[in-house]
Amino acid sequence: MSGWIIAPIIIPGMAAALLLLLRRSPNLQRQVSLAATALLCLVSIELFMLATEGEVLSYRLGDWPAPFGIILVLDRLSATMVLLSGVLASAVILHAIRGWDEKGHHFHPLFQFQLMGINGAFLTGDVFNLFVFFEVMLIASYGLLLHGGGPRRLGAGFQYVAINLLGSTLFLFAVGTIYGITGTLNMADLAGKVGQVAAGDAALLRTGALLLFVVFALKAALVPLHWWLPTAYAAAPAPVAALFAIMTKVGAYAIIRVFTLVFGAEGGAAASIAAPWIMPAALATLAIGAIGVLASRVLVDLVCFAVVWSMGSLLVAVSLFDARSLTAALYYTVHSTLIGGALFLLSDLIAARRGRWRDDLEPSPVMANATVLGGLFFLAAIAMSGLPPLSGFIGKLMILDATRSSGAAGWIWTFVLTTSLVVIIGFSRAGTTLFWKSEAMAGTLEPRLPVRPAPIVPAAILVLGTALLSFGAGPVTRHLEATAQQLVTPQSYVDAVLGQSAHAQRATEVR
Amino acid sequence: MEFLVASAIGVLSAAGIYLILRGRSFPVIIGMTFLSYGVNVFLFAMGRLAIDRPPIITSDAADYADPLPQALVLTAIVISFGMTALIVVLALRGFLETGSDRVDEGIPKLPEPAEERLTS
Repeated sequence: MSGWIIAPIIIPGMAAALLLLLRRSPNLQRQVSLAATALLCLVSIELFMLATEGEVLSYRLGDWPAPFGIILVLDRLSATMVLLSGVLASAVILHAIRGWDEKGHHFHPLFQFQLMGINGAFLTGDVFNLFVFFEVMLIASYGLLLHGGGPRRLGAGFQYVAINLLGSTLFLFAVGTIYGITGTLNMADLAGKVGQVAAGDAALLRTGALLLFVVFALKAALVPLHWWLPTAYAAAPAPVAALFAIMTKVGAYAIIRVFTLVFGAEGGAAASIAAPWIMPAALATLAIGAIGVLASRVLVDLVCFAVVWSMGSLLVAVSLFDARSLTAALYYTVHSTLIGGALFLLSDLIAARRGRWRDDLEPSPVMANATVLGGLFFLAAIAMSGLPPLSGFIGKLMILDATRSSGAAGWIWTFVLTTSLVVIIGFSRAGTTLFWKSEAMAGTLEPRLPVRPAPIVPAAILVLGTALLSFGAGPVTRHLEATAQQLVTPQSYVDAVLGQSAHAQRATEVR
Repeated sequence: MEFLVASAIGVLSAAGIYLILRGRSFPVIIGMTFLSYGVNVFLFAMGRLAIDRPPIITSDAADYADPLPQALVLTAIVISFGMTALIVVLALRGFLETGSDRVDEGIPKLPEPAEERLTS
């Protein structure tokens, strides 16, 4: 049964190879890519079911015993994230096959490779393989970001590649430092060994841990490492930007995973080392994201800064590292991935319908499908900015509730609530300009697109997803509570990877 | 030997960071390369510096060099080599299309051609 764990990595990998062979027949390519994504979705549902039974499962490649071989681990958190990426990818691929995939070469293979990297990062139980899967994900994302070409993408692409290469180099420095001290990179093994590090190496261990945190914070777009995000996402093709909505979550996932399992409460010299840094950075992220939302003159920029802002809310909750706040953070992760993707797709649909106005926040004559798109935008804006009754509100309420008893509650509440207000203003101004002020403007858009509902379906699916997340908040929260519980008691993870026997004799000397 | 290797890593990293902060794409790329050289040597040294020791198990060897960092370095070299090639091509294309190789200027907000957008 545990062999299934590798399927979310194998399926996109094989599909990507097959798609490269099919590059001369675009129609077949679309069908294969769709089928592979649907299959991935099914498998991730299966894995999700498996993980909800409560046991942590591991898969050893080539049956090499841990901690020597490559290992994949499935617990509730990784299963949830894999399912989330499957759902997002399905909606995105449905949107992409309506024309975006023809704007350049190799969209589908790159898309599948990106999924392979994302799923690999969620499933791996090893810090170095986390690096490798980060690279798989990033290399595919470089290609996807440049899909379609043009000077703007090239400029943004250069900056994006440069900042991520720097991030990868830092990652290697961190990995090297940690390996040099502990002699292992298996996360479960590290969890036991960081506690036994000699006093003289404590400073090195802390350096390694914080370097790792910087790398993950860069991926998660935490202020002051967020400047690459709005440029890159705004320049990326819309379906790619929507898929990138989960890439920031990979950073957040890595922070949650490594800083609960390895450098958590029992991390020896580096115990809970990231927490004091996350809190102020996340509050600054909230502020900068909200200011960016207010300052944006183009819809897609507004969505980018809203994504930055939502990362702030998410990481504020993460910074406490207890079961309740992690539950809130995970709920918010699911919510903000779905709604971020939905908003990128919506801004593309709107831009496609407004002729030369594209997605500039200026009144234009009424666009095709204005009612449907306006309705969806309204729902998505409500969900993103955290107004009741949609999932953003529930997520925010959970975050506020979970942080109530912490020392920094005053700061958190002030920042979360004030910036929410600013984001509401930003979104309502964008919505009134795009839909209501346009009503008052005479003339028609040329060329006017025919009123067809089909292209709107993928974006609608994602908005529906957040609605389901709100109505099903009870069961979802119960599942996420169990997930958070699993995270704060990492012993089951360690046992699943190393096995009980290995655990008993794990008093091996530290180098 | 430790001092020599450590200072080599330090000099490579310092030069790399200085160059990455420059405003044109060519120095940035050279800086990236320096930094990735630095990290490769660093990773290699993390298996401890040892001379004349086999990295594989043989019957007559008493002591071993750690083979894992060597494997890690190999992976890191492959990735950084590929990425350097990519960023060189990117910088070149960017220079040819915009006529400028500055990386600190704003991204040109050129209107995208009409067919760029989704047509459905």
